[in-house]
Amino acid sequence: MEIKLAVEIGKLKLKNPVTVASGTFGYAEEFTDFLDLKKLGAIVTKTITLKSRKGNPGPRTCETPAGLLNSIGLENPGLEEFISCNLPVFKKTGVPVIVSIASEADPAEFVELASRLDKTDGVAAVELNISCPNIKGKSNLISQDPVATYDLVKAVRAVTQKTLITKLSPNVTSITEIAKAAQEAGSDALALINTITGMSIDIRERRPRIASIIAGLSGPAIRPVAVRMVWEVYRQVKIPLIGMGGIMNVDDALEFFIAGATAVSVGTGNFVNPGASVEIIAGLKKYMVKSGINDIKDIIGSLKI
Amino acid sequence: MVYRQKVKVISNSSVGESCFKLVFASAQMAKAALPGQFVNIKVDDGVTPLLRRPLSIHSVKGKNIVLLYEVVGVATEILSGKKPGECLDIIGPLGSGFSGVANGRYILVAGGMGTAPLVFLAEKLAEVKSRKSKVKNIALIGARTARKVLCATEFRKSGFKVQVSTDDGSLGLKGKATDLLKNILAMNPASDIANIYACGPKPMLKEVCVLSASRSIPAEISLEEHMACGIGACLGCTVETTKGLKRVCKEGPVFKAAEILWK
Repeated sequence: MEIKLAVEIGKLKLKNPVTVASGTFGYAEEFTDFLDLKKLGAIVTKTITLKSRKGNPGPRTCETPAGLLNSIGLENPGLEEFISCNLPVFKKTGVPVIVSIASEADPAEFVELASRLDKTDGVAAVELNISCPNIKGKSNLISQDPVATYDLVKAVRAVTQKTLITKLSPNVTSITEIAKAAQEAGSDALALINTITGMSIDIRERRPRIASIIAGLSGPAIRPVAVRMVWEVYRQVKIPLIGMGGIMNVDDALEFFIAGATAVSVGTGNFVNPGASVEIIAGLKKYMVKSGINDIKDIIGSLKI
Repeated sequence: MVYRQKVKVISNSSVGESCFKLVFASAQMAKAALPGQFVNIKVDDGVTPLLRRPLSIHSVKGKNIVLLYEVVGVATEILSGKKPGECLDIIGPLGSGFSGVANGRYILVAGGMGTAPLVFLAEKLAEVKSRKSKVKNIALIGARTARKVLCATEFRKSGFKVQVSTDDGSLGLKGKATDLLKNILAMNPASDIANIYACGPKPMLKEVCVLSASRSIPAEISLEEHMACGIGACLGCTVETTKGLKRVCKEGPVFKAAEILWK
């Protein structure tokens, strides 16, 4: 039986539906000892801003039950340095590169970033990180407001022909509202979910365990929330969804496909098992053979209710 | 080369107050390991604890790697219960090691569990036969109390003269390892000292940087930061250096003392 794993995300054709979440895969070369990068469906980069960022003070990470709190603060070398130093490494893998971008202060930076990347060879798609909870001074995320989301996506859409993915925040009252706004504004796909804001306290010191106090929670602890949101959004929008949130193995990934994700991203799982993403691709094939399903598309949104 | 392997525990025994010595077999990791490097261990198959735990390499004996660790939380508690023959999922060796060999006296400054990687370094330095210098290397061990003083025997075996300090004065000098260092720097011309290597709590490392800089003695320190991945992917452990932002798990944990920009 021929197993078909290929999926489309906008104009982007992926040979399989497994990628890695932004900020969890370094600049790819960190993983060459653990897996064959060529096997991945796509690679999503660490979020890039116009200018370089030092990120937040430490401690930036702490473990919680089945989870990880982080507040890295978008440490990155800035757009031009990324294009000249890091992008060539990604390009060498031959795998589609999805560049995650964010603004620091002015949403107009998204437009500048996207239009520069639109003309950059080796960039397969752009992911709008409008949902990072770890930028100081930002009380509201763009992804917490449907109007702001619509305006931003619309503005970026106008300057790029590349596949546009909007990454949504779970820290909202209604994620479907934001999802629909992004779709209406021309986003080709949605990535969900970003981290859930959380906090952990060292009771002996009575100090926050993360220097920036509030941080983003990821890992298996948030998986049920992520699966729920994928399911809710899947029923409300037509564009493909890239599901993520605590995927550690193929069983976890399958929950997302069944709930309606066209592709999945491994995030925190990469830290625990750097080979997880490629193991999931092999696991999907095995599951499909066993279940007599020859096309992954027959699993997507196949939840029986 | 970094390896990810399921390895067998050979032994795992208590060595003093809440400390354990774990030995596992890995010919590849043992061959590749440099003093100062670490391994990243998944202590359990489940999701709590979720992340791997980084432990510095304490010694290499043939095809075996020795780790010295203190039980400080759930993960190390689980690790301390591992019996010979049980399997562990380990990635290593990771990070950078202490640098090469120069002529003169070496001074190791070990604070608390910072002794763990410095024993491996002492063993390697003792192996270096090309050094003609007759001066004795020195290991300075700082601990909270006498019962927490680790590895004095191991350092002596590698030909090091050992001096001890304790916070409560229950053994050796009452004070810090850096007080011992101050005394030595006062008694020896800077030109006699080839290198200072230090591992321990941050305030101690900071002082080693100040002391070594004031006498223009080269020094290397091994930093510790919270790590989520241990392989350079998450940027959780970044520190500021004179050469820009560096990852403790990748470009470190060993850095030249003069390069660290302390906050």
